[in-house]
This record gives sequence, C-alpha cells and structure tokens, in this order.
Amino acid sequence: MSDGTKLEAMSTRATIAAEVEQIAKEQNKRLAPLADDLILLDSGLDSLCFAILVARLEQRLGFDPFSAAEDVYFPVTFGDFVRFYDEARQ
Amino acid sequence: MSEVFLWDVDRKAALSGLITGTYLGGEREALSGRSVLIATQGQLATALALIELDGVVRRFVICPSDVPAAQLPSIIATAEIDGIVSDRAIPGLGELVRGPCIAPSRDPEPSAGEPADRFATEWVLLTSGTTGTPKLVVHTLEALTGAFAGRAQPLAGVVWATFYDIRRYGGLQIFLRAVTGPTSLVLSNLEESPSDHLNRLAQCGVTHISGTPTHWRRAIMNPAAKVFQPQYVRLSGEIADQAILDGLKALWPHAKVGHAYASTEAGVGFEVVDGREGFSASLLDAAHGELRMKLEDGSLHIRSDRVASRYLGEAAPALASADGFVDTGDMIERIEDRCYFRGRRGGIINVGGSKVHPEEVEAVINRHPKVRMSLVSAQKSPFTGAIVVAKVVLNGSAAAADPAAVAQTESEIRQLCQQHLARHKIPALMRFVSSLHVTGAGKLARGHA
Repeated sequence: MSDGTKLEAMSTRATIAAEVEQIAKEQNKRLAPLADDLILLDSGLDSLCFAILVARLEQRLGFDPFSAAEDVYFPVTFGDFVRFYDEARQ
Repeated sequence: MSEVFLWDVDRKAALSGLITGTYLGGEREALSGRSVLIATQGQLATALALIELDGVVRRFVICPSDVPAAQLPSIIATAEIDGIVSDRAIPGLGELVRGPCIAPSRDPEPSAGEPADRFATEWVLLTSGTTGTPKLVVHTLEALTGAFAGRAQPLAGVVWATFYDIRRYGGLQIFLRAVTGPTSLVLSNLEESPSDHLNRLAQCGVTHISGTPTHWRRAIMNPAAKVFQPQYVRLSGEIADQAILDGLKALWPHAKVGHAYASTEAGVGFEVVDGREGFSASLLDAAHGELRMKLEDGSLHIRSDRVASRYLGEAAPALASADGFVDTGDMIERIEDRCYFRGRRGGIINVGGSKVHPEEVEAVINRHPKVRMSLVSAQKSPFTGAIVVAKVVLNGSAAAADPAAVAQTESEIRQLCQQHLARHKIPALMRFVSSLHVTGAGKLARGHA
C-alpha cells in the first residue's frame, strides 16, 4: 500500500472500530455492523458509550475533535464519525 | 510512673522537663493573655508550646508548616494575632504582628514559674481544604479532649504514634490523648523516609497508632511495616473501605483495628471496632451520651459536646445550625442496619444526570489484591457532561510487571467494577501511575475543596 493518506485513514477507522467493539462488549450492547452509512443512533450505543469512546480515543490518538471544534458538531453516521477524526488528525 | 517522652527523629523531650523548665525562655510571660500564632517548622516545638501556653494565652492558632506564607496575613488579621512562636524564616512576619516574636529553644531552660493570670485558651485549628484560604476553627480544650477525658488510666506500656501532623485535628487528638494519659508519643517527620519512620516506630515500642486510610495504604505495602507489632490501629479522616480494614487485620491479626469518624468542625463522632466498613444505623436512631446524629438530604449531621465553638472572623458563616448540629457534608447511604460513607457532597461527579461519588468507585477498585490505592475523578465529556476516570497505583510486584500483565489487571479491575457498580460509575479510562499526591493532612489530594 503506497498511498500514505489511505493507510492513515484506514488505521483511524480500525482504531475506532476496535474501541467501539470493546465498549459494546463491556456495556453489553448489541452492536450493528459498522458500515459507513450506519446511523450512530441506531448503532446500539447510547450516550454513555459515546462518552467513553471519545475519552478512550483521546487517550489513544492524543486528541479530542469534539472539544477542539469551534462549532458544535455531532456526526450522524459512522462514516461521518471516522471522517471527523481523520480531518482532526491532519 | 516512668518518664514520658515526645519523640522526634533527632531528639526527644521529657514531659517532666516542663514542670520546672520552659522552651520559651524568659519570654513566656510576655505572651500572657495574647492571641498567639504558633508556626514552627517541626511538630515537637509546637507540641511543647501548646503544653506551655494553654491557660497562659487568650488564644493560639496552630499553624502546620505546609500552610503557604501567602495565607499568613489573612490568618493573622482574622485571629488578631499579637504574639508569635516561630522558628521559621517567614519574610515580613515581624511587620505583620505587633507583639513579641519568640523562637523556641532546643532544650528546656529554668522557668520563673507560671504566669499569675490564667485564661481559658481558645485552641484554633486551620481546616485543610485543598483550595482557597483555610477556615479558622475555634475549640476549647474540653471539647478537644471530650472523647477520652475522664476515662480509665492507660495500661502500662502504651506508646502512641500518629502518621498525622499533630497540628491537624486527627493528629491533635492523638497528641492530647498522649499528654493527658500520660503516655509517650512518637511524632512523624516530613524529612524521614517511610521505611525509617516504620523502623523508628518499632524501636520506640509503639503500641497504639493512628492515620488516614491513605497513610495506612502506603504503610502496609512497605516491607518495614512488619517490623513492628501494634496492639491498636486506628483510621480516620477519610473513608475506611473494607479492603484497607482487611489488609490491616491480615498484617496484624492480633491488633484491634478501629475506624473513627471525626472532623475539625464536628469533632470526634464515634469509633467502629467490628472490623466492617461503615457504621451501625443504631447510632442514628438512638442517643449515645451527648452524641446525636441524623441524616439530612443524605448528609451526616452531628451534635455533641466535642463540636467546635465557631469559625473566627467577622464574615465567617455559622459553624452549626441553631439547634447545634454540624452539617459534615459527608454523604451517607443507609442499607438496612448499616450506614456507608459514599463521599463528600462537593465531590459528586455528574454523568449525564446520574451521580457518582469518587470514593465509592475507589473502594471497589481497591478490593483488587494488586491495587495499592486509587483516585477517581471527573473528565469533561461532550456527550454526558462528565465521565469517570481513575488513576490506579499497583502494589510493588504488579507495578513492575510487563504491559500484558498490567492489561490483564486492568481487565480484572473492570470486571470487579462491572460486578459492583452501576455502568455510569465504572471508570471509562484507567491510568496506571506510580504515585498519587497526598495533602499535608494525609489525605488523597482531590480537585475540589
């Protein structure tokens, strides 16, 4: 894989997916398949799960795009969520 | 009775030396009837000054050495200080106070005898909040000694020690128990290593010893703890969870382990000696001598003859309600016939509208055998306002383990939390750290007052 940007994007996605699966397991949540068009509200995760997810991602990636953002923004789909982190990372 | 000593690291003082001698030179008389700030570097000099000046001065303010110099001007103004006993080099102190400034001597000198005038000295303690200026809490000697005055004479051979600074309420209690006993007392010293201190406790033959749960968690993990064999171990000042009570009992099966409830304002409340965390709800239901306790909005309220008199200062709030109860701010949950401490009212974390006391989460984490101590706090969250996070100190061998073993421990702690805590109380993050900051009062430093 020669495209460095693509590699980074994939690793962000993989990181997020791994954390989401771990949290769903800990919280006994039935998780929908993590497709890009999955609506987050239908994912099976509740607001506490997302709070945990953002905190763990901050610990792992070193940043929290939600608190860094100037505008209040909440991603709608899983794909939006990954893109939000990807854009903050660049 | 054999000679009774106050022991510091490099010297000891015999109480009998104060019968005919003084550590305040020929100047003690100059302090008669004054409001005196006692701000010495070490605890022993303060201990001796307290004994010498009770009844001689109108008021003394007992100032621990960790009180920042920047806070002294307001303390001096509020307490109308017009005399000082200090061996510390505090710039500008002399200009703030009109009156004698006495540096205590290392050895007793012959005394000219007691000053003629006697005063009912006000004993003023500083609260140990982690933020803001301390409050000045006025006690009488009667209130301070109310938990033990008039009790049976101490058994021969009792030697007290405390991890507390005797200039804080918890330590002052032990100091007063010792000198009114009288029994010898071993003082702690900031410049001494924990191992050296434990060895000194053994060498001095300490039988009775007190400290906060944080003091004890640090002590029992130290191999040197095994060198001494206390008969009585006392915890106070923070919530004594089952893990630390069991840990102490395992280390010293023959010792009596008791946890006491006390605060600077409410005084000594009660002691629990059945080996279990919390206390019997019968204490709430019935009168026990002077002691009355009740719960209001979950907070423990106490009235007794050990309660402090008032706060000093014109703008100071009332210390007790009109009917004499002190609101301790310590939150209690009653489950059938037992009451459990859940934490401080000001320390509650709000996770999406659900409340969490950091201390109840710490108590669960601390049950894991590899955990030495833990600190739970809030982290801001865009989704729930706050989430719960934990810093965890593992014990010696576990702390040195490889990352895979630490990850396994984290997973075990998480399982323990899932068994015992509602999901919003389980730490979202756990950080493994080598130590936690402890305040001068021997308590875990928390972000709130």
